[in-house]
Amino acid sequence: MTSIPMPEEGTLTTKPVVDETNYLKSAYGIKSWLLTQDHKRIAIMYMIGIGIAFLLGGLFALAVRLELWTPTKTIVEAATYNKLFTLHGAIMTFLVLVPSIPAILGNFVLPMMLGAKDVAFPKLNLLSFYLWLLGAIGFVVVLFAGDLDTGWTFYAPYSIRTQTAVALAATGAFILGFSSILTGLNFMVTIHKMRAKTMGWFRMPLLLWGLYATSVIQIVATPVIGITVGMLFLEKLFHIGFFDPKLGGDPVLFEHFFWFYSHPVVYVMILPAMGVISEIITAMSRKHIFGYTFIAFSSIAIALFGFLVWGHHMFVSGQSSLMSTIFSLLTFSVSIPSAIKVFNWLATMYKGSISLAPPMLFAMGFLFLFGIGGLTGLFLGTLNTDVHLHDTYFIVAHFHYTMMGSALIGLIGGLFFYWPKIFGRMYSHLLGTISFILIFVGFNLTFIPQFLMGSMGMPRRYYNYPPEFQAYHQWSTVGSFVLAAGLFTALWCFIHSLFRGEKAPDNPWGAVTLDWKTSSPPHHHNFDIVPPVTDPYDMDDVYWDEESKGYISRSQQAALQELAAGVSGTQEKNS
Amino acid sequence: MLHALTSIVAQQGSGGYKWMPERASSYAAEVDWAFNFVFWISVFFFALIVILTVVFAIKYRRRPGVEADNSITHNTKLEVFWSVVPLGLVIVIFWFGFSGFVDMRTFPKDAMVVKVHAKMWSWSFEYPNGVESTTLHVPLGQKVKLRMDSSDVLHSFWVPAFRVKQDVVPGRYTYLWFEAIKTGTFRVLCTEYCGTGHSTMLSAVEVQSPEAFKAWMAEESSGKNLSPVERGKKVFSLKGCAGCHTVTKDRKKLVGPGLYGIFGHEVTLAGGKKVLADENYLRESILDPNAKVVNGFPPIMSLIPLKDKELDGVIEYLKSLKD
Amino acid sequence: MSQAIDSIHGDQGQLSHEPHVAHHFESAEQQYDSAKLGMWVFLVTEILFFSGLFCVYAVYRSLHPEVFLYAHQWLDKGLGALNTVVLIISSFTMAWAVRNAQLGQKKALMINLTLTLVCAGTFMGIKAKEYSQKFEHGTTWGASFHPHDNAFGETHDGGELKKEDMPPNTQLFFSIYFALTGLHGLHVLIGMGLILWLLVRAAKGTFGPEYFTPVDIVGLYWHLVDLIWIFLFPLLYLIH
Repeated sequence: MTSIPMPEEGTLTTKPVVDETNYLKSAYGIKSWLLTQDHKRIAIMYMIGIGIAFLLGGLFALAVRLELWTPTKTIVEAATYNKLFTLHGAIMTFLVLVPSIPAILGNFVLPMMLGAKDVAFPKLNLLSFYLWLLGAIGFVVVLFAGDLDTGWTFYAPYSIRTQTAVALAATGAFILGFSSILTGLNFMVTIHKMRAKTMGWFRMPLLLWGLYATSVIQIVATPVIGITVGMLFLEKLFHIGFFDPKLGGDPVLFEHFFWFYSHPVVYVMILPAMGVISEIITAMSRKHIFGYTFIAFSSIAIALFGFLVWGHHMFVSGQSSLMSTIFSLLTFSVSIPSAIKVFNWLATMYKGSISLAPPMLFAMGFLFLFGIGGLTGLFLGTLNTDVHLHDTYFIVAHFHYTMMGSALIGLIGGLFFYWPKIFGRMYSHLLGTISFILIFVGFNLTFIPQFLMGSMGMPRRYYNYPPEFQAYHQWSTVGSFVLAAGLFTALWCFIHSLFRGEKAPDNPWGAVTLDWKTSSPPHHHNFDIVPPVTDPYDMDDVYWDEESKGYISRSQQAALQELAAGVSGTQEKNS
Repeated sequence: MLHALTSIVAQQGSGGYKWMPERASSYAAEVDWAFNFVFWISVFFFALIVILTVVFAIKYRRRPGVEADNSITHNTKLEVFWSVVPLGLVIVIFWFGFSGFVDMRTFPKDAMVVKVHAKMWSWSFEYPNGVESTTLHVPLGQKVKLRMDSSDVLHSFWVPAFRVKQDVVPGRYTYLWFEAIKTGTFRVLCTEYCGTGHSTMLSAVEVQSPEAFKAWMAEESSGKNLSPVERGKKVFSLKGCAGCHTVTKDRKKLVGPGLYGIFGHEVTLAGGKKVLADENYLRESILDPNAKVVNGFPPIMSLIPLKDKELDGVIEYLKSLKD
Repeated sequence: MSQAIDSIHGDQGQLSHEPHVAHHFESAEQQYDSAKLGMWVFLVTEILFFSGLFCVYAVYRSLHPEVFLYAHQWLDKGLGALNTVVLIISSFTMAWAVRNAQLGQKKALMINLTLTLVCAGTFMGIKAKEYSQKFEHGTTWGASFHPHDNAFGETHDGGELKKEDMPPNTQLFFSIYFALTGLHGLHVLIGMGLILWLLVRAAKGTFGPEYFTPVDIVGLYWHLVDLIWIFLFPLLYLIH
C-alpha cells in the first residue's frame, strides 16, 4: 500500500526555496533586493532604472521629432519644445549613457571576469545605485517643478536668467556625478587589488581594460562637472558672479569648465562599449582577438588624450585662434586609437567562424555606425569646416552616431550577449534579429538626413525652421519611429525570454573569460572555486558539448576532476 | 514624400558632396574644398570598413566542419602601418583646416566695420555713419568686418552661404570678417540657443552692387523725413519688438500680447485690474515694462532705451494699428 | 556540468575567517590594501574638485590683478596664519592617533582624536569670526557685495583702504574667497563628523594592530583638508 508522505506540522508553506547556486534565488523579498550588496542584483536594479529613464528620454525625443514634422508649430509651443529637447538631452546623457554599460554590464560581469566574489566595496556600490536613483528622481522632479529649457549644456548667462528649475537640475547632476565617481573608484580598486592570482594585467579580458580606462576618466573628469554645476548652483541662488557678465564674470569660462568634463565623458560612454565589442566579436567569430596589446593600450590612450581636446566644442566661442588651433591638432590625435581598434576588430573577423546571432549583428552594426560617427568627427575637428558646421544638425547627427549608434548599440548588443548569463534564459533569435534590423534601418533613416540638412544650413535647437528643410525633417521623424519600434521589439524579445526562453547553458557563445565559467545564472558568490586563468581569447580552451548545447572549458574541467580526485582520494584513505 | 526624397537627392552642390549652400563669400570655396577632401577620405575608409565587415561575415560564416584560424593573433608591422598612415592623413587634414581658418581669422585692414547688436531675439546692424538697419546691406567685393555685442545672453551669427560663424558674447566684443562675391540675399541665423525665440532670430545679408549700396545708404541716412508712424515702424523693427509682439490683425500671442488694435481699448492686468490703453499706458509700458503687465503674460520684457522722437514714433505707430 | 562546482565547498583560500574582514575579500591584507587605494583615489577626486575653484582664482587673478591686490587687504593675515598653525597641529595629532591605533593604545588614541577635533573646532570658530566681520562690512560675494562705510579705513595690518581706490568688479575677489573657504570649511565639518565617529568606535575598543583601517584612511582625508588650506592661505591672504 502506498502512502503519501505527509508534511510535518507547520511546514506547509508556499515560501520559495532558497538556492545559493542561483543569485536570483539566494534570497527573497523586496528587502533582499533593496539592501543587497550583491553586484549582480545591483546591476539588475540599474538595468530597470536606466531602462525607465531611457524610455522617458526616448519619449521626449519622439515628441521633438513630431513637432519638427512641419516648419512651424505642429503639436507644442516654442517654450515647451525647448524643454523637450533639453530634458531629452539631459536624461540621455546624465541618467542613461554615463552609467549605462559600467552600471549594468560592468557591475554584473567585472568581478566574475576577475575571478572575484564581488567588487572591492559592495556597500559603496549600493550607495552608487541609490545616488543614481536620487539624482534621477531629482530630474523627474524638475519636470514638475518648473522644467528646464537651457539645453543639456546649461550655458551661461541664459541658464542664469531663465526662470526654469536650473538649480534643481544642477543638484540632480551633482548627485549623479557622485554616483559615477564612486562606481569608477570601485572598479579601479577592484581591478587593481582583486584579480585572480595568476591574472596579470595582460591576461585580463579587453572589457576590463575598457572599464579601467573608463574609471580613470570618471575619477579625474567628474569632479570638474561637480564643481561646475556647483558654481552654477551658487550663481542661481547667491548670484556669485563667476559666469555672469553683469557681475564681472565670463560666460566662456563656463563653457571651458563644462566641456573639460563633457568631452571626456563621451569616452566614458564609448570605451565600455568598445570593450563589449571585443568580447562579442571574439566569441562569435571563434577567434582570438587580433592585436590585444594595441587594443588595450588604445583604450588608455583614448582616455588620456580625451582630456586634451575639450576646446574643439568652442572654436567659435570667442576663444583665441591659437587655442583653437592647438585643440584642433590634439583632436586628431584621439581619432587614431579609435581607428586602430576598428582595424583590429576587422582583422579578428578575418578567417573566423562567424555566427550571426543577435550579439554579432549588433557588433557589426557598431562597426558601421561607429565608422560614420568617428569619420564625421574629422569634419568637426577640421577648423574651417567646423566654423560652418558648429551648432547645426551635422553636429546632432555626429553625436547621435557616436553616443547612440555606438555606445548604446554596444549596450544593447552586450545585453543580447550577456542575457543568458544574467538570467539563465535564451531568447528568440528571430525577435533579436528583427529588432536589430529595425534599429539599424530606423537609426540611419533618422540621422543621415540630419547630416545633410546641417551642412545645408539647418541650425540645431530650432523650434521653427526654413521650409526647404521639411522633407529632411520628415524622413528623420519617420526614421525615429522605426527606431523606436526596433527598441520596443528588443525589449519584447528580452521580456519574452524571461517567461518563455529556453534554459541557457553556462556558456552558449563559447567565450573563454572567467565570467562564462560560472553557472547561468551565476551563484550568489560567483565561484566556489575560481577556474584556472587562461589567455582570455584562447578559443581552444572550450569545446562544444551537444548534450548541454553549450561550450565546456577543458582547463576548468581538468581542474575540477583533479580536485574531485584529490577529495575522493582522501575519502578512500579515511574509510 | 517621394517627391521630397528626390528633391533631397537632386540638391545642387559642389565637388561630390552636394549638400552645401551656394558659395557667396571669398573663402567659401576653400571651406568646401576642405570639406570635400575629408569627405572622400571618409568615404574610402567607410567603404573599406563596411565591405570588409560584410565580406568577412559571409565568407567566414559559421559552417560545420570549417574551423576558425586561431594562429592569427597579432602583426606588429600591420599595426604600425594602420596607425601611421591614418596619422599622416589626419595631419594633412588638420593642415588644410588650419590654413583655411587662418584666412578667416586674419582681419583685413581695409574693411568696412559694421557693428552688430544681438539681443533676444533680433539682430540690428549699425553703420559707421550711424545708420541702423535690421538687415545687413553690404556692397559686392567689399571686405566687411563685424564687431558684435550682445545685451543679454549668448547668440551666434551664422551666414551659411558665407561659411562663417561667430558666437556673440555678452560683456565683450567678438569679430568676424567676410567679402561677398555675388549679389543676392543670404540668410543670417542665430546658432547659439538663446531661449524661446531662438529659431525666429533670423536676418539676412543683402549683397548689392556698390552703386545700389550707395543709394540704399543715402536713403537710410536721410531718415529725418519719415513721418512719425514710419519712424515708429522702423524703430519697432530695429529694437526687436517684433520678436515678442505681433502687429497683425489676428492679434496672435507670442511671448507678449499682440498689439493690433491695442490703442483705446481696455486691458486686463495681472491681478484683475482693468486699465485703458491710452498714450500714457503705451508710454509707461515701454519705459517701465513690468509696471502694468497684461494678465496671462510673463513679466520679462527688458527695458529698451528710446530717444524721445523714437518713443513718440512708436506710440504713433501703435495707434495706427487699426482698421 | 558546472553544477559540479557546488558540490565542493570549502576553503580554497577564498574566504578569510578573521573578524573585521568582509566576506568577499580573501584576506585582511587585501581588504586593507583596497581601502587605502580607494581612499587615495577618492582624494584625487577631491583635489580635482577643488582645482576647479583654484582655476577660477587663477583666471580672474590674471585678468584682474588689481582687484586681488586691493581686496585681499580686507583679510586678517593674523587670523589666517593662526588657522594655518591650528590645522597643522591637528594633522600632527591625527597622525599620532593613527600610530596609537596601530599600537593598540586606546587611551592615547582617544586623546589625540579629541585634540584633533578641538583644533578643527577652533579653526571653524576663527573662520566664523572672519565671516561675520565680512558680513558686517558688507564685503560679501557677487551681487551682494555692498561695502559699508565702516569697511574702509584702517586695515588689520596697519594699511589703509580708501573707497575711491576700489577697482570695479571687486566683488569677484569675495565670490572666490567665500567659494573656496566655504567649500573647505564644509570639508572640515565633514572631517569633524568622521573623527567623532572614529572616537565612538575607539571608545568601544574596535581598533588595534589587526584592524585600524578607518583611522588610517580618515587620517589621509584629514591631511588633504589641511594641505588644501596650506594652499588657500597664501593665495588669498598673502598677495603682493
